[in-house]
Amino acid sequence: MNRLTLWFHQFGSPPTFYRVAGWLMPWCYGMGALLGAIALYGGLVLAPADYQQGDAFRIIFIHVPTAWMSLFVYFFMAVNAFVALVWRIKISETLAMASAPIGAAFTFICLVTGSLWGKPMWGTWWTWDARLTSELVLLFLYLGVIGLNNAIEDRRQAARAAAFLALIGVVNVPIVHFSVNWWNTLHQGSTVRLMGPSAITTEMLWPLLTMTVATKLWFFGSLFSRSRLAVLELESGKDWVRRIAREASKS
Amino acid sequence: MSNFFAMGGYGFYVWTSYAVFLISLLIDALAPVLRRRRVFASLRGRHRREVGRGSNV
Repeated sequence: MNRLTLWFHQFGSPPTFYRVAGWLMPWCYGMGALLGAIALYGGLVLAPADYQQGDAFRIIFIHVPTAWMSLFVYFFMAVNAFVALVWRIKISETLAMASAPIGAAFTFICLVTGSLWGKPMWGTWWTWDARLTSELVLLFLYLGVIGLNNAIEDRRQAARAAAFLALIGVVNVPIVHFSVNWWNTLHQGSTVRLMGPSAITTEMLWPLLTMTVATKLWFFGSLFSRSRLAVLELESGKDWVRRIAREASKS
Repeated sequence: MSNFFAMGGYGFYVWTSYAVFLISLLIDALAPVLRRRRVFASLRGRHRREVGRGSNV
């Protein structure tokens, strides 16, 4: 077995995962909160007002990072769903199911802040245009995965059924991403680009990118927090869980 | 300072957005903490039952 597969198998073993995730979790939450606070200060205080939108543009510092997260988390969930279905790895099932509520939260924030931004700028809370509609479909996909996972009694069967739904829904991810290019929409195109210069000044760009890192860290903090509990429940009959429960009742 | 809160007349939209963002993520972080208590309570219950059964044998 090469080193990578060995590492994968070790990290994939529930007791090791529980321990490592428990060690990583406070760091993810802590760094996420710290960077998030810095980004909020940069976005709300340091960045200048937009020449067209005034101060309303400041919603960008949470709207765009959460929109990216809504896609990133879905992609993460779908990759884990794929691994869970093909190789039947327990941890992947757990990770896929644990990421669904967090992704739903980010999608919800993205939709609400977009609506709050749309009202003063477009003059409407909501319009059925391609970007907005596909993002709403994304929220429903998340809710569908959560619902299906909760509807089936057997935890592993539930996770596999929901993983299948998550995998089918991945077709929506490129639709959300490219909707502003494929259709003529009210929603503006990309401002920040990986290739080539971004159409945004540095004073506005750095809080945006910092918030992007912060939301990613927060996601992993929440993911570890949720998946650790799921692993405990899934393995509740095993010795290592009994030991942890015993130690917890002592303290 | 009041200028800062007014956000050039867009205060309502900006601050509501940030409030939704912070409250949602706070709930996201609290949900597993609250669930943790329930999970551990049920694990302890299961453990007690098993110990009880063992002593009867």
